[in-house]
Amino acid sequence: MNQAIRSSWMAAVAMFALIFGAISYVQVIGADDLNANPWNQRAILASFCNDRGAIIVGGKPVAESVAGTESCAFQRKYTEPELYAGITGYFSKGFGSTGLEQSMGDTLAGNSDQLFLDRISQMFLGNEPKGASVELTLDPEVQKLAFDLIPDGQRGSIVVTNPRTGAVLAMVSKPSYDPNLIATHDTAAAAASYAELNQVPGINLNQNVSGPTGNLLSPGSVFKLIDTAAALNSGKYNKDSELPNPSSLPLPGSSASLPNYAGGNCNVRETASFAFALEQSCNTPFASIALDLGQDAIRQQAQKFGFGETFGDQLKLQQAISVFPEDLDQAQLAQSAVGQRDVKATPLQINMMTAAIANGGVQMKPNLVKTVRAPDLRVISELKPEALRTSTTQPIAGQITEWMTSAVDNGIAKGAAVPGVKVAGKTGTAELGDSGLNNSWFTGFAPANDPQVAVTIVMEGVDVLSGAQLTSPNAKKIFEAVLNK
Amino acid sequence: MIQTETAPKPRRNVELALIVLALAVGVGASALVSINSDVGLDRDFWFQSSLLAVAAFAFHMVLRLRAKYADPVILPIVVALNGLGLALIHRMDGPGDDTGNNQLRWTLIAMAVSIAVIWFLKDHRILRRFTYISLAASAFLLILPLIPGISAGEILGARVWIRVGPMTFQPGEIAKITLAIFFAGYLSSNRDLILLAGRKIGPMQFPRFKDLGPMITAWLVSIGVLVFQRDLGSSILFFGLFIVMIYVATSRISWVVIGLLLILGGGFIASQIFSHVAFRIDSWINAFTPEVFGRSPGGSGQIVQGLFGMADGGLVGTGLGQGRPDLVPFANSDMIVALIGEELGLIGLFAVVMLYLLLFTRGFRAALGTRDAFGKLLACGLSFAIALQCFVVIGGVTRLIPLTGLTTPFLAAGGSSLLANWIIVGLLLMISNTARGPVDTTPMVGKPPASSSAPARKPTTGQTPSAPTEAVKHQ
Repeated sequence: MNQAIRSSWMAAVAMFALIFGAISYVQVIGADDLNANPWNQRAILASFCNDRGAIIVGGKPVAESVAGTESCAFQRKYTEPELYAGITGYFSKGFGSTGLEQSMGDTLAGNSDQLFLDRISQMFLGNEPKGASVELTLDPEVQKLAFDLIPDGQRGSIVVTNPRTGAVLAMVSKPSYDPNLIATHDTAAAAASYAELNQVPGINLNQNVSGPTGNLLSPGSVFKLIDTAAALNSGKYNKDSELPNPSSLPLPGSSASLPNYAGGNCNVRETASFAFALEQSCNTPFASIALDLGQDAIRQQAQKFGFGETFGDQLKLQQAISVFPEDLDQAQLAQSAVGQRDVKATPLQINMMTAAIANGGVQMKPNLVKTVRAPDLRVISELKPEALRTSTTQPIAGQITEWMTSAVDNGIAKGAAVPGVKVAGKTGTAELGDSGLNNSWFTGFAPANDPQVAVTIVMEGVDVLSGAQLTSPNAKKIFEAVLNK
Repeated sequence: MIQTETAPKPRRNVELALIVLALAVGVGASALVSINSDVGLDRDFWFQSSLLAVAAFAFHMVLRLRAKYADPVILPIVVALNGLGLALIHRMDGPGDDTGNNQLRWTLIAMAVSIAVIWFLKDHRILRRFTYISLAASAFLLILPLIPGISAGEILGARVWIRVGPMTFQPGEIAKITLAIFFAGYLSSNRDLILLAGRKIGPMQFPRFKDLGPMITAWLVSIGVLVFQRDLGSSILFFGLFIVMIYVATSRISWVVIGLLLILGGGFIASQIFSHVAFRIDSWINAFTPEVFGRSPGGSGQIVQGLFGMADGGLVGTGLGQGRPDLVPFANSDMIVALIGEELGLIGLFAVVMLYLLLFTRGFRAALGTRDAFGKLLACGLSFAIALQCFVVIGGVTRLIPLTGLTTPFLAAGGSSLLANWIIVGLLLMISNTARGPVDTTPMVGKPPASSSAPARKPTTGQTPSAPTEAVKHQ
């Protein structure tokens, strides 16, 4: 009997050995994973009431910590909430944080490695912890202008960057929301607002990626710039090539066909130069190029402009990956070449493609954070522009620029023309099924000979006429606002 | 084992010193909690600490008088655990909450009952007379929560509580003891029969079908608890208790095999039929999937929040009163282990688990040392029950196994659990008293004199499990 008692004791000890192992796993080995789990509120709660650094645009805070209640010393406040919601995100107790509040969270809370010495001194001096502030590249006037150019009730995005440095000058989208509603200490009110906002079409607070960096849209004809680059890069085409321009291209292996836009000027000619095809945005020449070069050539060119990739670590905003699909049959390839079917791009992607053309084929990393300052205003880090990838050669970029300029001077993008300035541009109209509604695009840069600003505008779900009014003429206003400074 | 030819030593002074140490743990923790909650060491603190100390010393005095050879380590361990539990429960009390004081009241009641058991029972062997009464009492206690009028209804998905005046009580906790008494009594009387009859298949000897009676009963009770009370934890605990006691009585591993097959089969069927079991398993395996995390009731939020807390505590913990255990549901009862992990860290939790390990080890020591089969079985069963209960609770909190609603002995808030566990401690102390004391050759009342053929200090060996070393065995 005693032997059985000893065996039972061994069994009990074995169970306890498992317990010791499980505790070690949870508290030491697997602890980092658990601490980093997005459902884990402890890190936020620990610093929720601390004095967080401000997010500054043009010298003024757009997100700052102001005096809170006695139980929670500081409250996050957004001074121009809807205008910057897509950039700042929110910092909340119950719903975590998004946008820069999340990606720059360690810096804003004062927990980043760069602030290590500051933390030590705070500890010894007994001061309350204080975070670093973050100064953005945004131009508040351009940001405001861009925001107002999207009518209320209209879904759309505008991205304005400096193609030489990658600095983001404006980045807006509608619908927007008021992050103060989510950041309030009143958790019940925050939860109610959260649920209410998620009912608004176009707002999804559960998704951390949205707006200009997250909305994947059919690019339509702006994708033709990629076809053009691929064609010139192949060596099979040059600036004088005459492209086939039938009014309708039968799609191989299918009974359908791909037409040129019926109401436009394309159908006056059976063949077209690149210049004419881009000016009038004819479909069939570019479909023919794609069928000629094959899908791999188009996909590789798209990847060089950023499809299937991110835009680097300097933007500090979550990015959706733009898509040029794999394994297309010939009919799908023809439609993909004009930015239809399953080709999807973010407004940021289209802007970066444009900026690469403007910058002689070199794509710069988009960036949003200019400087990070310690609580004593000492600069901790300052941004240096970095090249991301080479999208095309300088001669090809120059050639495309020339054609984009004539699209504004003589073609259907002429609404973007600015008196006294050479503007390069390209419009796009991506059909949304058979609804008659489109995603209407403009992307371009100015001055064409000395690019300082790249503008991308997309208005979602509009008819052709209002799409045309909301894109190119608005781009003109942004060009003027930036260049007249 | 370590029994020597020297005269037995009471070692009560060692116990006294250890109790002082144990009180330092409990009262120290309580002081930290009071200081951190900004009330400081107020009158409540001194009053509560004194009460605990007085009760512990009173218990010690009773042992000096009534069971002076009792194991000197058991009582200090339990005082330390209980004191720490009081501090932790007090720490979780918000303004207006009275759980801490309620737990202190129950501690005093439970210690008083335990003292009474030692004082009036004098010798655990008397309990053997109540073998079948214990079975009836167990059945009665287990059925109580199902009787309308007495039952407190379904609380948090389980029907294990009854209403006694303004309080609720969990009779299943006491049934744990009465069932152990029944099995110890039944098996110590019938083990020869069970041992000798049977059929050998391969290397294992399997029992006759009719000897499976107690095993079938055990299985039925466990399944009954699971089906009617929806209490997976108690079901596992009872079944583990039975398997161990049958195994110790017969030394046959075949019983363990049969038992494990039965429990696995029963568990599988239960997981197929009963949603509460399926939910437990689902929120164990898929704890980190959003649907399961957000599901209410039956989701994994409780487990995951507990894990977050323990991970936050890390090696050394946040310090008592410095963590955020308010994020963990039931941090002062079912999840008190996560609270310890968070605020006292891996080191603190290891120390607590080590106390349990020492506690059940001393229980097994008493089982080895005592000379009667009934006492061996009872001590072994109760000790194993403590170990298994800790395993089920801590394993559940750390996501080693599915989380079930068992209490952490002596730590978790809950009167019935405290009462039952203090009675177990009383019984273990009594058994250890006979194990460590001089051989009791006096006859039990109404029993013929014991055989004196058994040399008392002869080391017992595993080869002779039924060696005639038991003073009261041959009636």
